[in-house]
Amino acid sequence: MTDAPVSKPKSSLLVQDARTKRRNASEARFKIYGLAAIGIGCAFLLTLLTAILFNGVPAFKQTFVTLSVTLDPAAIEDAENSTLKTAKYKAMVSEALLAELTEVGIQTDMDPTKLGDMLSSATGDQIRTYALAHPEQMGQTVEFTVLGSSRVDGYMKGRVTREALANDKNLDAEHLDIVDQLAAAGKLSLKFNPAFIFGSDASEKRPEQAGLGVSVVGSFIMMLVVLFLSLPIGVAASIYLEEFAPKSRLTDLIEVNISNLAAVPSIVFGILGVAVFIQFGGGSLGIDALRKSAPLVGGLVLTLMTLPTIIISTRAALKAVPPSIREAALGVGASRMQAVFHHVLPLAAPGILTGTIIGLAQALGETAPLLLIGMVGFVATNYPSGFFDAFTAPNSAMPAQIYEWAKRADPAFYERAWGGIIILLVFLLALNIIAVILRSRFERRW
Amino acid sequence: MSFMKLTASTIAIAAVSAGAAVARDNVQVAGSSTVLPYASIVAEAFGENTDFPTPVVESGGSSAGLKAFCEGVGENTIDIANSSRKIKDSEIETCAANGVTDIMEVRIGYDGIVFATDASNGADWAMTPSDWFNAIGAKIVKDGALVDNTNETWADANAALPANPIQAFIPGTKHGTREVFEVNVIVQGCKDTGAFDLFKAANGDDDKAAEASCMEIRTDGKSVDIDGDYTETLARIDSDKTAFGVFGLSFYENNTDKLQVATMNGIAPSTETIADGSYPVSRPLFFYVKKAHIGAIPGLKEYAEFFVSDDLAGPNGPLAAYGLVADPELAATQAAVAAEEVMAK
Repeated sequence: MTDAPVSKPKSSLLVQDARTKRRNASEARFKIYGLAAIGIGCAFLLTLLTAILFNGVPAFKQTFVTLSVTLDPAAIEDAENSTLKTAKYKAMVSEALLAELTEVGIQTDMDPTKLGDMLSSATGDQIRTYALAHPEQMGQTVEFTVLGSSRVDGYMKGRVTREALANDKNLDAEHLDIVDQLAAAGKLSLKFNPAFIFGSDASEKRPEQAGLGVSVVGSFIMMLVVLFLSLPIGVAASIYLEEFAPKSRLTDLIEVNISNLAAVPSIVFGILGVAVFIQFGGGSLGIDALRKSAPLVGGLVLTLMTLPTIIISTRAALKAVPPSIREAALGVGASRMQAVFHHVLPLAAPGILTGTIIGLAQALGETAPLLLIGMVGFVATNYPSGFFDAFTAPNSAMPAQIYEWAKRADPAFYERAWGGIIILLVFLLALNIIAVILRSRFERRW
Repeated sequence: MSFMKLTASTIAIAAVSAGAAVARDNVQVAGSSTVLPYASIVAEAFGENTDFPTPVVESGGSSAGLKAFCEGVGENTIDIANSSRKIKDSEIETCAANGVTDIMEVRIGYDGIVFATDASNGADWAMTPSDWFNAIGAKIVKDGALVDNTNETWADANAALPANPIQAFIPGTKHGTREVFEVNVIVQGCKDTGAFDLFKAANGDDDKAAEASCMEIRTDGKSVDIDGDYTETLARIDSDKTAFGVFGLSFYENNTDKLQVATMNGIAPSTETIADGSYPVSRPLFFYVKKAHIGAIPGLKEYAEFFVSDDLAGPNGPLAAYGLVADPELAATQAAVAAEEVMAK
């Protein structure tokens, strides 16, 4: 790398010398690196989205069987007198299925109980609930649309094959022949299943019945708690720190700690939640509402987690308001509080709201702290009885429910976990779109 | 300022209403992830068939469940701990120290532990406890002396087995399954291969120390502890096709298309072979009830009675259909639950 010899004639500006070429080449290379980085990122995103859609979309459909069940008063009375009433009702459905097969001309020598393995065990409760609610239809034949079992559903979706059933004790290949014939007769089909979005969790024996609805309510309640606690606390703290607090060692220390808190792993807040809210608040202080699995406690834990995010973004929004606004307000005789609440805060509001929504979105997708406060397991089984009950009734949250499904034994739950991710992503996307709209519509630039 | 007032009043209303909430009306259960499927089936049926709300069932492992169980008495503690092993004396002491004295022990049935590899590995897996000890024990017997385990393939452990590399995924120490695996397989294999006697001689005739030496698992990566659930073990086997994993019978029965199970001493695991005792690796499953909560928590005793009723835990009930091996002495258990019998101190 030496300078060009002096004797060489001066080249034209249009003709690039070696060094310019090298510099241009390195710039071109850098652009390629950048493009490659973006490309790899997009490829990952695309793989992820494809995997989610490919695995998750089938969860929104479910196999249903249409059959007519006779509500025999004697059989119902017998069932009502037993311990496991729903199992007796299920046996009635199995008999009805056999009758249905004979009617559409399908031959089988399977006994009704074994035949009944094709149907979900949830059908027993479905028929019982209907029979108890409609005593006037006693003795009549009613047409029901019932859930097929998870294996039958898997076969309809291509997840379960005949070979895979070789060692399976829930279903035989013989059942699948009947499934094929029932489908041909129009009695069995895959349909859109709203219960997956609005239903409650089901036990490990009936993945076909499980839905995300109750945990959506749990998530919603926790977001309410987070919003109504962390927004006022966070905004008040930031206004004080930004506008009123004297610059001192103490405020510096607080500032550093808030930034540090934002980086604390969320599981730590979970442990804190157990110790402070459940064991101390619920146990030692005896506050009934603070108990295991309650969305109120979940919301409190997530509030702790979201506060630093909101304080940091609020302070940034307040800082972005030019000092001339404050000085002008003070100049015409406003008190400092009037200057802040009448002028600075309204101008900073879009930034604060954006930060809050991003914080909420973060909290919505959080699972780790919920593991510790009892929101993972067989929890989200019933809708709460009312708005206030929803705060204390045991419940799960969307990400916690997805985690729970992913670890259950039946592969059908795995499909539902992917489906749950789609619903969760829709919620997150909606929150983020709201944030983007707020920012673009109301944000002021100086 | 009206927004601030609105916020403040909403918080106040929420706080008051939450504080005024009634006492807990649902049964809270936590513990073993092996018992969880059964408990969730029972809880669901309990919610459907009775007027009580559906109990909440959490998992987390037997030890974690019993720890939560022993935290104390009161509404903010759990009512029932599920466990895939018997409660330990040390746990009973912790319980007593925290005021949990009257504990009802309920055995719900038996569960088999199976050893399975990826379905692509063929059906030629006739194993014995000795094979497992020779494969993953830290020290094994070679030419009458204890040496560090250097076996690389299953054929090294037992010439009759295929020469697949040894890679085992065994339950971590917080699982109740681990203890059963250690006692019924590793220690058994240790005794069968003669290592136990050598360990005993080396430890001055001390049975306990010899057993502890038997249970030492090699640490060169051939055996990996899995602290998560069986789904994690399944995922590991899925990515390492020749590896072996330890599963519960019910989990295996839900995934027969992916897993090939090994026979143990020539017996294939099934509810029948476990019930008659011919399959050697099984363990009882329990749940523990706080007697002090009966009466205070609505539905607690009813749930316990419902769980062990013939319709559920019996040989033709839904639990057996899911993979639980029904307890032949279920009637005695039912009587004990009905009488609220507590464990002897």
